[in-house]
Amino acid sequence: MTAGSGPPSGDGLVWRTATELARLLASGELSSVELTGALIERSDAVDPGINAYLHRTDELALEAAGAADARRSRGEAASPFDGVPVAYKDIFVTRGVPTTCGSKILEGWVPPYDATVVERCHGAGLPMLGKTNLDQFAMGSSTENSGFFPSRNPWDTGRVPGGSSGGSAAAVAAGAVPWAWGTDTGGSVRQPGGLCGLVGAKPTYGRISRYGMIAFASSLDQASPLTRSVEDAAALMAIAAGHDPCDSTSIPSPAENYLDGIDGGIEGLRFGIIKEFTGEGSQPGVRARVDDAYTRLEKLGGTLQEVSMPSFQHGIPAYYLIAPAEASSNLARFDGVRYGSRVAGDTNIVTMNSMTRDEGFGAEVKRRIMIGTYALSAGFYDAYYGKAQRVRTLIIQDLRRAYESVDLIVCPTSPTTAFKLGERTDDPLAMYLSDVYTVPFNLSGNPAVSVPCGLSSDDGLPVGLQIVAKTLDEKTMFRAAYAFEKDLGFAGSPEGRPRL
Amino acid sequence: MSTAPSRVIETTIGLEIHVELATSSKMFCGCEVAFAGEPNTRTCPVCLGLPGSLPVVNERALEHTIRIARALNCDVASHSFFARKNYFYPDMPKNYQISQYERPLGAGGVLEITGDFPTRRVGITRVHLEEDTGGSLHVGGSGRIADSEYSLEDFNRAGTPLVEIVTEPDIKSADEARAFVTELRAIVEALGVSDVRMEEGSLRVDANISVRNAGETEHGAKVEVKNMNSIRSVGRALEYEEGRQRAALVSGDMPVQETRHFDEKAGTTSPMRTKEYAFDYRYFPDPDLVPFEPSDTWIASIERAMPELPVHKRSRLAEQYGLRPADIGILTTSTAIAEWFEEAASAYDGPAQKVANWIIADLFGLCNEAGIPLTECKIAPRQLAGLVRLVDSGSISGKQAKQVLGGMFATGDDAALIAEKEGLEQLSDAGELSSVVDEVIAENPDAADKVRAGQMNTVGFLVGRVMRKTKGQANPKLVTDLLTQKLAP
Amino acid sequence: MDIDSGTVDYVARLARLALSDEEREQMRAELSDILEHAGRIRALDLDGVEPTSHPVRLLNVARPDEVRPSLSQEEALACAPAAENGRFKVPRIIEEA
Ligand SMILES: [Mg+2]
Ligand SMILES: [Zn+2]
Repeated sequence: MTAGSGPPSGDGLVWRTATELARLLASGELSSVELTGALIERSDAVDPGINAYLHRTDELALEAAGAADARRSRGEAASPFDGVPVAYKDIFVTRGVPTTCGSKILEGWVPPYDATVVERCHGAGLPMLGKTNLDQFAMGSSTENSGFFPSRNPWDTGRVPGGSSGGSAAAVAAGAVPWAWGTDTGGSVRQPGGLCGLVGAKPTYGRISRYGMIAFASSLDQASPLTRSVEDAAALMAIAAGHDPCDSTSIPSPAENYLDGIDGGIEGLRFGIIKEFTGEGSQPGVRARVDDAYTRLEKLGGTLQEVSMPSFQHGIPAYYLIAPAEASSNLARFDGVRYGSRVAGDTNIVTMNSMTRDEGFGAEVKRRIMIGTYALSAGFYDAYYGKAQRVRTLIIQDLRRAYESVDLIVCPTSPTTAFKLGERTDDPLAMYLSDVYTVPFNLSGNPAVSVPCGLSSDDGLPVGLQIVAKTLDEKTMFRAAYAFEKDLGFAGSPEGRPRL
Repeated sequence: MSTAPSRVIETTIGLEIHVELATSSKMFCGCEVAFAGEPNTRTCPVCLGLPGSLPVVNERALEHTIRIARALNCDVASHSFFARKNYFYPDMPKNYQISQYERPLGAGGVLEITGDFPTRRVGITRVHLEEDTGGSLHVGGSGRIADSEYSLEDFNRAGTPLVEIVTEPDIKSADEARAFVTELRAIVEALGVSDVRMEEGSLRVDANISVRNAGETEHGAKVEVKNMNSIRSVGRALEYEEGRQRAALVSGDMPVQETRHFDEKAGTTSPMRTKEYAFDYRYFPDPDLVPFEPSDTWIASIERAMPELPVHKRSRLAEQYGLRPADIGILTTSTAIAEWFEEAASAYDGPAQKVANWIIADLFGLCNEAGIPLTECKIAPRQLAGLVRLVDSGSISGKQAKQVLGGMFATGDDAALIAEKEGLEQLSDAGELSSVVDEVIAENPDAADKVRAGQMNTVGFLVGRVMRKTKGQANPKLVTDLLTQKLAP
Repeated sequence: MDIDSGTVDYVARLARLALSDEEREQMRAELSDILEHAGRIRALDLDGVEPTSHPVRLLNVARPDEVRPSLSQEEALACAPAAENGRFKVPRIIEEA
């Protein structure tokens, strides 16, 4: 975990956290070009086995790295992380670099603009290594719904890395990039973070601009970092957080410095354990690890108490109405008229639109468009969408009540460890039910982080602990996660990285 | 159209009007709002509906909508939000229109209209804000969509702020509909929130019209009439449609619910292809935008800054200038005309009605012939006042003045200059006229005797003779004075 | 919650998805399952509960009416599947089929 002495190289280098790399760059022990080169080399070696990337931008990265080195040599670093490379889930729009959202329907599209997250990271001097794989339009929990190929979990390439930000998680876990951006609509960063032994941190809804992030479910989507340490997650989040006038749902207050006081410990913090999350249906190894984590929190000076969230039993139904409803409308623009692929272009507009969409969208996307269209259609709105929006109110009310007596809520990130490729593809409903621990906090907008809590004893795969804070209380969330991570000593240890 | 004698048939009309707002930038992005121009040169990720882009509301568009709502006596919603209206159409980049549904910015208004019918109060159901679509060009066939081979899309107009105004079905005739649109147009123009040019599509009118036998409580089948591109065509289309439906009702061949297209040239309406099923727009609150709760102080500040509305202008003009009601109506069809009149009136000391007469009776005719609006004619308002003064002073006759006005219209020169150039000086010299008057008395002894006997209406006949002799150059007032003097009993 | 094939056709038409027969039948079964599960909340009595459309409540977000640079025509049309004379080309426009 220390920067070590002498110029680090090769294998050692690719496992470092972004924070460590930033220190090496600042001290001049390492150049961004060297680092970027090492990561490109690492990607060449490991990516064929994990399929994390949809599109690599090695040239652009090296160019940006050179510029970062030049800035550093002039003493004009763009940020403390100037020159530390990053990768983006291919849901972030990148000027001049193909963006597909994991779907054939956007094949060949080269956006004329950058997402705000991308713009801010460019501004901080982070070279872009590439665009990572995802479930098409972020719809899925395994990356198997990618329109191109599934990504694989570096811990066991027969298993999924989780999803929908599976490509980003696989890349970070495999040492191909120190950190990466994902998006979290129903757990799409926390769950792959948990399944790949990484930190996945979702901010408060509205804290990071959604401008240029291809919308899945607008009222749920948030850009979220996937990193090897809590400190990195706090740092990457801070680079992008803060008001953006291009996003009407962006919170107007300035973002806090999440690193400030991150090492303050958790003495006296009150942790709530959700009564309704009984662990039924969870893998025993996962339950054991999470129970250990609770004990550790107490050992560190925190207190545990039970909180009741009666509305959470309706979280999955509400989520699987709201998200598809918004998606059905958000995805209407993919019609073969202005960009992307087109099928049957010489027939008539209805046939062209319908064939283009049928061929361009994968099965899961079509399924969700159908559910959402149905839920919004005349006569069903009140029974489905309207009801789901009211359940959402109940969830927010339950959480508000709980936070009167606790500072943070803790629960597992996922009921199981990474599952095998193909294991759940035939049963969409079963796949949906595995999001039970994550979706309530997208519905409510609370910040939530998944932090590794060791390996499950039944299969040796990583398990994630989820820590959820009050709205806009990311600092307390990171502080608790940091203390836990340090005490556990998993991250950065040989046990904490896959043998790939 | 023939109507059975004993039968009273009622017409019911409701209007749906779209007004494009004249903001600088579009509704949800910074692209410029402008008419015409090279296709697809005023687009950006937002108004092209590119993946990842997000809308942000134009504050001035909200203000303009509140202005229109208040001018139509609507209540401004204390809580309002934008919804998505979902349907596929290639001129709509996102395949949904950001519009308002449950909570329009304005509702519950009323607009009073007057004309050759009993004063009518038309209810305003809603005033809401939405975005415009792009424009399609249909290629092949006749150029109409139905037989075209393919279409070409231009998104310059896409995202222009659009205010939709929906009336209650309170309008009872084509005349009233025309009056409503005329008044609405004047209001919107007075507010300065739109160009209101119907030919360019910045004001678009659709109508729902039905007929029924008097006394029936249910409305007849509603026919939607589209493609009325001027106020005149609103009148013509609805007059035609009213007649067609009345005839159908009388013959027992009941009108059916449908959408009809107005053919400007033929002056008739014909059915458009009807939809197989009602659209299911799947409205829901747009999650990319947040609700609006306009504060009372904000609304009050918008109201304070509102210009004089046509209805207020009319009563002021009546009071301040004592104009005839019919003339006031004409002079207030547009703010520009009213302003022009007021400027001319203020440059003139006599009764303003005289100025109004010149504008309405003469100047409008010249403008119409030239096909230009009053504001673009070469005559400045104070120059018209100068012309009227010249007549008052007796320098030229009324008849000569018309000739002078023509000259002013062509050149933009002052009245006096034109009168001088064209030798149009009125005979106002009493000495010179006196001999002509004497001649006329000598030539018409019978008439002269009648006047001497006190039959004063015969003076006019003699004045006419003098005018003829002087080829209209004599000052008629002076001639009358001379005649009455000379023929005093 | 059983969805019939007529409903699947209707929804597919609204959503502009040309589903194959096979897809339609599979979709019918899956939608029935999912809506069965999601439909559990239909029975809840939530009359006094306000709907939430945004997790974080913001109000009156607007921007000043200022013109910003647009894309060039070339940029706008760069990724168009078909274009002609500076416009996006689409096949014949018909009403809903
Ligand atoms: Mg409308
Ligand atoms: Zn634009």
